[in-house]
Amino acid sequence: MSASTTVPATTPLSHALSDSWTMTRRELARWRRQPVTVVVNLVFPVMLLLMFGYLVGGGRGVGGEYVDYLVPGMLALTMAFGLEGTMIAVTRDLDKGVVDRFRSLPMANGAVLVGRSAADMLQSALGLAVLTGVGYALGWRAHGGPGAFLGAVGLLLLFRFAMLWIGIFLALVAGKPELVQAVQILVWPVGFLSNAFATPDSMPGWLGTVVQWNPMSQTATAVRDLFGGPGGESGHVWAALAWPLALLAVFFPLAVARFARLSR
Amino acid sequence: MADTAITVEGARKRYGSKDALDGLDLTVTRGTVHGVLGPNGAGKTTLVRILSTLLRPDGGRVEVAGHDVVAQAYAVRLRIGLLGQHAALDEELDGRQNLEMFGRLHHLGARRARARADELLARFDLTDTGRKPVGAYSGGMRRRLDLAASLITEPEVLFLDEPTTGLDPRGRAEVWDSVRSLVGGGTTVLLTTQYLEEADQLADRISVVDSGRVVADGTADELKAATGGDRVDVVLRHAGRLDDAVALLPLTGVRVDADRRLLSAPVTDRMAALSGVVRALEEAGIEAEDVALRRPTLDEVFLHLTDRTKEAA
Repeated sequence: MSASTTVPATTPLSHALSDSWTMTRRELARWRRQPVTVVVNLVFPVMLLLMFGYLVGGGRGVGGEYVDYLVPGMLALTMAFGLEGTMIAVTRDLDKGVVDRFRSLPMANGAVLVGRSAADMLQSALGLAVLTGVGYALGWRAHGGPGAFLGAVGLLLLFRFAMLWIGIFLALVAGKPELVQAVQILVWPVGFLSNAFATPDSMPGWLGTVVQWNPMSQTATAVRDLFGGPGGESGHVWAALAWPLALLAVFFPLAVARFARLSR
Repeated sequence: MADTAITVEGARKRYGSKDALDGLDLTVTRGTVHGVLGPNGAGKTTLVRILSTLLRPDGGRVEVAGHDVVAQAYAVRLRIGLLGQHAALDEELDGRQNLEMFGRLHHLGARRARARADELLARFDLTDTGRKPVGAYSGGMRRRLDLAASLITEPEVLFLDEPTTGLDPRGRAEVWDSVRSLVGGGTTVLLTTQYLEEADQLADRISVVDSGRVVADGTADELKAATGGDRVDVVLRHAGRLDDAVALLPLTGVRVDADRRLLSAPVTDRMAALSGVVRALEEAGIEAEDVALRRPTLDEVFLHLTDRTKEAA
């Protein structure tokens, strides 16, 4: 039993960082192996942007250039849809027993979730870059200056971070990839019941109210404001901070508790 | 204590109103292969999950490699390898990348993790496919890589949860060979299986588990001996005479397998039974192709033991 006196009872904290980095690298290696999947994920929101910008031809009454209204909405929508990718990845690892193997290793168990977060945030940042690039080509401009621009990117990523932890929690609750489809179907109405494509003023009263209260709409409105485009309202930065933080305050501890409950 | 790799005393685990483990006791000697044999839902996987620190027991004492699985989970994790029921690998990554990642998670450092990955690929005959994504591997190859991943640090205790379920006979033989090669190195192996043949082939000792308890424990021979001794098998030339033979032979508890023209029955006095059978067949003019005495198969032992616990319940 002499070994037990030299070995700590729990994983040393010093491993937490390196393990998290290993788990992040795992996702990056997966990207390199599957470039097509990565590209499809990046192209999908671009397709939506083109579809709504040209085919659907909405944007009457947004009070300015529609592309300046649409691009911030699409950025927020892309962040919201990121929830699906998180859920799929987490349920896949759970279902295949990969998470079990990680949990049986002398590694910092939380690194499984940290690595997932880091990789998903990286992918979302990449998605923002691609979408703003395409938006720029379509004539969208950020009029608010560099500080406001960075603030807008920060709000979008904060919203994505909240979606990420909701995704992890839902994946841990669902457990099986089959149930992800049910959630995917629910993500769509939540994404589209927002002001991403049209102003709430153009909608029937009750729908407008739902849309206005959608956290995604708060982020989109604040981002429009920071980009100096139509549909922005100056007070919304606070709402766009408060909503994701409130969601995180609920779902981050829930997800962590649910992860710990795997051993029950 | 130094000779004991696994100690389980009165382990309990309850899911809702069902006892997955109902006071299970188990001792595994260091450096041996221990088979845990039982039907689906007997508690085998629950046991492995508790032993490998994935699940906390509700009660009882569980020690692996001298450390408590709950209070000293990290110390246990440093000393174990786990091969779960499904190949826990990244399908998109190649074999080498998978092993390297697990090496890093064992904190070997980048260089040693790479070297260890190459070593293990060579040892499990996977070097040629080391650069292919795991998704393109055959079932047997995948299982071998999975096994390699559980051996990154030469664990003191290795858990194999139904390692050959879903493999074809060739894949099964590959995995068996790999497991046999481990035992020489002093690793203690705990293996769960539904296949009696697998336990018979690989395990030094076998615990038969049913309804969350160990219902019998011993070597394969001891278990066979404990289940009521020998049997006589009689193979007739003509299936049509099976009924005549059953009526005629001085045997009780006869089982008939018409496809194989086979009669089988337990015997107490081996020689008397053998000569009695041969004489009776001769007198009645029933032609036999084979008359043989044999020990019961592990299958028969298993059915006997698990039936008995059901009757008792």
